[in-house]
Amino acid sequence: MFRRLDDALTPAPVVGLTVDGTRIEARAGDLLAAALLAAGRGLCRTTPVSGAPRAPYCMMGVCFECLVTVDGMGSRQACLVPVREGMVVETQRGARVPGR
Amino acid sequence: MAGMSGDDADFAVLGGGLVGAATAWGLARLGRRVVVLDEGDVAHRASRGNFALVWVQSKGLGMPRYAAWTRQSSDLWSGLADELKRETGIDTRFERPGGFSLALDEAELERRVAMLRRLHNQPEMTVALGTEIVDRGRLAGMLPEIGPDVVGGVYCPFDGHANSLKLLRALHAGMQHHGAVYRGGCAVQAIEPSADGFRIRHDGGETRAARVVLAAGIGNARLAPMVGLEAKVRPQRGQILVTERLQPFLRHPVVTVRQTDEGSVMLGDSQEEAGFDDSVGTDVLATIARRATRMFPLLGRANVVRSWAALRVMTRDGFPIYAASARHPGAFLVTCHSGVTLAAAHAYVLAPMLAAGALAPDLAAFAPERFDVSPPG
Ligand SMILES: Cc1cc2nc3c(=O)[nH]c(=O)nc-3n(C[C@H](O)[C@H](O)[C@H](O)COP(=O)(O)OP(=O)(O)OC[C@H]3O[C@@H](n4cnc5c(N)ncnc54)[C@H](O)[C@@H]3O)c2cc1C
Ligand code: FES
Repeated sequence: MFRRLDDALTPAPVVGLTVDGTRIEARAGDLLAAALLAAGRGLCRTTPVSGAPRAPYCMMGVCFECLVTVDGMGSRQACLVPVREGMVVETQRGARVPGR
Repeated sequence: MAGMSGDDADFAVLGGGLVGAATAWGLARLGRRVVVLDEGDVAHRASRGNFALVWVQSKGLGMPRYAAWTRQSSDLWSGLADELKRETGIDTRFERPGGFSLALDEAELERRVAMLRRLHNQPEMTVALGTEIVDRGRLAGMLPEIGPDVVGGVYCPFDGHANSLKLLRALHAGMQHHGAVYRGGCAVQAIEPSADGFRIRHDGGETRAARVVLAAGIGNARLAPMVGLEAKVRPQRGQILVTERLQPFLRHPVVTVRQTDEGSVMLGDSQEEAGFDDSVGTDVLATIARRATRMFPLLGRANVVRSWAALRVMTRDGFPIYAASARHPGAFLVTCHSGVTLAAAHAYVLAPMLAAGALAPDLAAFAPERFDVSPPG
């Protein structure tokens, strides 16, 4: 659904990360939420009370829909986190696990 | 029900917070015609900003009757929750798994134990509060997530908690189910005793009622003299922090840390004399957060999503006032600082007395005359 505008024009180095154990590729400089959407992995969490699926929405840090676990730290806002080679991303089911 | 000049009712309840709503629901379910007059959003409303404990363990030092009253309300609470749910479909999420207060050093634990000993040794204590001192070892079995700084605590099997916003909604829905009329944006300006009751002038017009119950929280201070009573209540600020929702980790409410039915963790709550200033301050919030993370270190990673301050309705000795006006029979004053805890007592014990027109003698300890006694010189 989401396609990079400038794929051919400004090639950036490829960065590899895993999402729930599956490797995806992003571009250096991507924010994690954009990388997830571009890879077709936008469904980043389900809500704690009703279990409704959620995806990144505002892309600018205000809506908190994009929460994921990054390198073991829960509830990071994917739209504010730049990707890094080897980053381990986990989607969240319901409420955050305390202490993670 | 509405007459030409406004409402006509058996009871006008002034204030639609937890105290007014519990009383009004209790009256309406007994078939009384009730009008609730409530100020608008400008009002200070403790009922919308509290910590939602149904709390027994520390209540009653200085007034044993209050310990018994609190215990009685805690015992009546599950019936209240059931009845409101049947009637309105709203689940107030009441649970009574027993609650704790935790001490972070020996001195704190000793102070708490000494307080409990004084409370229980009062000669007029008629009920057991079931409190137990729990050492760190046993505590770790009941609250597995406690941190290394917790030295011990106090457990009381009658402590519980609820969702106080759902309680407020359920009481409102329930009283209207029984025919009570709620009028918001109707701040009361004057209460005029008349031959057949009271004429109440408010921002929405006029209401006439045979009896009037003052349950306006801090607003009672202004209203009480209109019916020959005095309500010496002052605001006392409390600040609260709320985290994002977490998987359940805390089965028992702790007096300053509790996990709600939907997973949020509430951290509270300060006791500050700040007049009508209901703003939050980072110094107090930081202290609350620091203590909470020492009690439960895993909270250190949780995101805080909200904080607020609200004003308690505090009497000089911290105990409720239940009063009937001698000068204007039919006028009553009801105020307390634990309106969640006491909701069941107000609905099931106090309201029937009001419906019958008189406070029972065994509530005499709560009469405001206690403030007239001059301290021993
Ligand atoms: C931070 C904090 C934590 C707390 N934690 C707990 C807890 O854990 N457990 C517990 O049991 N209790 C707790 N409380 C106390 C509890 O919230 C109060 O006891 C309770 O809400 C008081 O209810 P109320 O109806 O008397 O007052 P309010 O909720 O203040 O309601 C008073 C109502 O009267 C109305 N009013 C005022 N003046 C007028 C007027 N002139 N005419 C018409 N209407 C008027 C206002 O609009 C308002 O709706 C806490 C309170 C605070 C602030
Ligand atoms: S998408 Fe809105 S905060 Fe990240």
